[in-house]
Amino acid sequence: MKKHFYLFIVLVGLISLLFIPVHAEQKSVTVMGVWTGAEADAFNKMVAPFEKETGIKVEFTGTRDLPAILTTRVEAGNPPDISVMPNPGQMIEFAKDGKLVPLATFMDREKLLSDYSQAWLDLGSYDGKLYSIFISADLKSMVWYNPKAFAAAGYEVPSTWDELMQLSDKIIADGNTPWCIGVESGAASGWPGTDWIEDILLRIAPPETYDAWVNHEIPWTDEKVVEAFEIFGQIVLNEEYVYGGPKAVLTINFADSPDALFTDPPNAYLHRQATFIKSFMLEHFPDLVPGEDFDFFPFPPIKEEFGTPALGAADMLAMFNDTPEARAFMEYIASAPAQEIWVGELGKLAPNQKVDPMVYPDDITRKAAKFLGEASVFRFDGSDLMPAAVGSGAFWTGILDYISGYPLPEVLAQIEAAAVDAYGK
Amino acid sequence: MIAKQNRFLLSLPLHIFIILVALIWIFPTAGLLITSFRPASEVASSGWWTVFANPFDFTQFTLSNYKDVITNIGIGRAFVNTLIITIPACIIPIIIASFAAYAFAWMEFWGRRFFFILFVGLLVVPLQMTLIPILRIFNQLGLSGSFLGIWLAHAGYGLPLVIYLMYNFVSGLPSEIFESATIDGATTFQIFKSIVLPLSVPALASITIFQFIWVWNDLLVALVYLGGTPDVAPLTVRISALVGSYGQNWELLTAAAFVSMLLPLIIFLSLQRYFVRGILAGSIKG
Amino acid sequence: MRTHWFTPWLYVIPALATLVFFLIYPSFNTLVISFFGPQSEKLVGFANYIYCFTNEIMLSAFRNNLLWVALFVPLTVFLGLILAVILDRVRYESLVKSIIFMPMAISFVGAGVIWKFVYSYRPTGSAQIGILNAFLTFLGRQPIPWLIERPWINNICLIIVGIWIWTGFCLVVLSASYKGIPRELLEAARVDGANEYRIFWKITLPLMKPTVAVVATTMFINVLKVFDIVYVMTNGAFSTEVIANRMYKEMFIFRNYGRASAIASLLLLFIIPMIIINVQRFREQEAFR
Repeated sequence: MKKHFYLFIVLVGLISLLFIPVHAEQKSVTVMGVWTGAEADAFNKMVAPFEKETGIKVEFTGTRDLPAILTTRVEAGNPPDISVMPNPGQMIEFAKDGKLVPLATFMDREKLLSDYSQAWLDLGSYDGKLYSIFISADLKSMVWYNPKAFAAAGYEVPSTWDELMQLSDKIIADGNTPWCIGVESGAASGWPGTDWIEDILLRIAPPETYDAWVNHEIPWTDEKVVEAFEIFGQIVLNEEYVYGGPKAVLTINFADSPDALFTDPPNAYLHRQATFIKSFMLEHFPDLVPGEDFDFFPFPPIKEEFGTPALGAADMLAMFNDTPEARAFMEYIASAPAQEIWVGELGKLAPNQKVDPMVYPDDITRKAAKFLGEASVFRFDGSDLMPAAVGSGAFWTGILDYISGYPLPEVLAQIEAAAVDAYGK
Repeated sequence: MIAKQNRFLLSLPLHIFIILVALIWIFPTAGLLITSFRPASEVASSGWWTVFANPFDFTQFTLSNYKDVITNIGIGRAFVNTLIITIPACIIPIIIASFAAYAFAWMEFWGRRFFFILFVGLLVVPLQMTLIPILRIFNQLGLSGSFLGIWLAHAGYGLPLVIYLMYNFVSGLPSEIFESATIDGATTFQIFKSIVLPLSVPALASITIFQFIWVWNDLLVALVYLGGTPDVAPLTVRISALVGSYGQNWELLTAAAFVSMLLPLIIFLSLQRYFVRGILAGSIKG
Repeated sequence: MRTHWFTPWLYVIPALATLVFFLIYPSFNTLVISFFGPQSEKLVGFANYIYCFTNEIMLSAFRNNLLWVALFVPLTVFLGLILAVILDRVRYESLVKSIIFMPMAISFVGAGVIWKFVYSYRPTGSAQIGILNAFLTFLGRQPIPWLIERPWINNICLIIVGIWIWTGFCLVVLSASYKGIPRELLEAARVDGANEYRIFWKITLPLMKPTVAVVATTMFINVLKVFDIVYVMTNGAFSTEVIANRMYKEMFIFRNYGRASAIASLLLLFIIPMIIINVQRFREQEAFR
């Protein structure tokens, strides 16, 4: 019996040793993000100069479960010092709850104004206060194609919607399939379709309509929204227009879908997707040369008066704990040198205008950056701005239902019901 | 001779059935195993079974997935972290549960039935709903980010099932042994230590495996209570961080699945010798 | 067993204390929150519960969980039971047991990848990378997009994944119980001329009944909590939503704590049938003594 007692004492002693928190007390800043794999490596490269210069250690946790982990830790009063925001909608909710630190209290206003366009600052603000810094952006209004396949078949890059449709018909007449689309994306399936709707809506209605739609000031059953879905439907629901038909669209992973451009003969000729798809093309076909084997043209205007707006999404960071280390880190990532490392590694676009275009890995990326910088109308991915129950819920499911053949009025009524519930109006 | 042949013929359908089930079960995993040795570009364009067209063409195989997994996740540290988390997170609930199961099965006390049903009912509580209130208390106690915190959390979440399974086993022990031990003047703790625990070895072995696997494969609890920095992150956290935020390099998951499966399987195989008949039967007679 | 009145409590209190802290207190917390709005800012009465029983997706989640109960529970328990009994007679028992058990050791992310290579669909004409569709194509049939064919095929495909994972659990527990049955009993019956079928129904099954009940209860509760499989394979799209996945979404994605809590509280309601079975079993066992 006595022996057990001593064993017990030893155990208790050991356990109390482990009570000590595992993180050593050192000048550090905790950062959470969605970045994993190669993105996490790029992030570490970006923070290396910062750590060296300031002696502050950056404790980074990258997880794709960010929404769940962040929600839990913020609610429990244990947030990281700085975190990537899953989307601007979420940032606004945190700001509304008073969880975020306003950045104007310590960041140089003049420098921010000269480094960032007003659009980016507005997107990072809530109620007139800046809460969030964008460190990279993706352009979404792009149609990817294979220049070699185009040349071989004698196709030309279209500059209007009508030309695009004529090209599509011509491809069909030649016995081929024009488009490849894949909306499967695991737990986030459906999102590639939401980008289509947003891009189309921006081209058939003024940006104010887009904003009204995002803020649910017009219902989902509005004629413009209906029209956007119908235009998308002309392509995606048409067995001839899209490789494999709607069934394939629903089951092919978005990352695998552009593979169809590079088969011999090509299974498809056109693919609408954001800048980041380039990394997948190069992962699946390492021998491709950007600009020679694949290139993009802007998603063409549909109604002339609305031109060629740029749709984009971006990665943003916000601050939960006001520490000197966190302040220093926010200032660092807002700066051009930090973003030059980050976008140079990943081929993303930099929101900071002082970033030297030469850091981009290729001409395609430079072309995309130019398009994004010069577009007369820029709008943020609407599904990221909506309440999650719509933007990351009913909208995604609606896209999947629509592609699987559900009647449009029923699909839109479903999303509208979820929207009325989520916006509370 | 004839009898033997007959018996073989009779049991033939049995063997066929077992082998069929085993094949169905192993098939998906076999596909993953082969896939883990194939380069990503080929995985997307042809099925894993196509390797059997030329099974001896070793150029179609690659070790790069395994190499990437092992170098990228800092496997040594991740393994150690996982073991630091898993071993106490197995032992603590099993000890606590064995005590409780013994009391529920063989002692009379007020509220016994109520508490037992309560414990079983707690099986249904989704742990996701407990994260925020628990983490709040952990913060106040300074337990968040500590190994003790995550041990206790896993103990708490695993306890209902462990108690339930232990109770089922302990209550099935023959009452004669308890009666004779009591007559011999043994205390409850002596009975627990020298009768209940030794007789429960088969049950303890299987429960240990289950608890081990759940803790081993857990991602959410580790991320919430411990965080995901490399100095504390267990294997699962590191593995899930291999794949990019858009699912880039998912082919690494194929190799990672086998890397993380190895230890649980070794433990299962090594504990299998306890899953044998006779331990109990022999002791009753004696 | 006769003991001092507080002796049993010495054995129960560590468990009770742990459970109060980690499960009971948070459950009360959940119950309270379920009557409040999304961020617990205002009392909304039963609104969250009304939502659960009127929202179309919630209703389809209930239906799907019912399908899970109807297929998953009997099949896992039955397969586990049959295998536990017949594997006892073959020499390669431990090998087969390990094979059936292996899926339990695979993380759910790994399982998602594995089944991707089973259910994957590619358009007719291009090479199939999913084994099922490759087989169909080989037979000269059209490939089937398994995970989007609603409402039956895709739900059943998900349930098959669940069965594949959990049969190993049932097998290990039931096998341990089967091996606890004294061989003399079975041998005696055989000598008396009873056939194997009769022995199974008249002797084996009644003796294993408590364990079968335990395994069935565990599998039933598993269905109520099934989340991982659906989350990685379809995330509830194409009419495959289940209760626990909905709860996860409401909690962590939509940040509507009120609704998530209401769904979680409903789970407590749904296990009442199982609780009743267990109460009866508890009584039986006491009467037996």
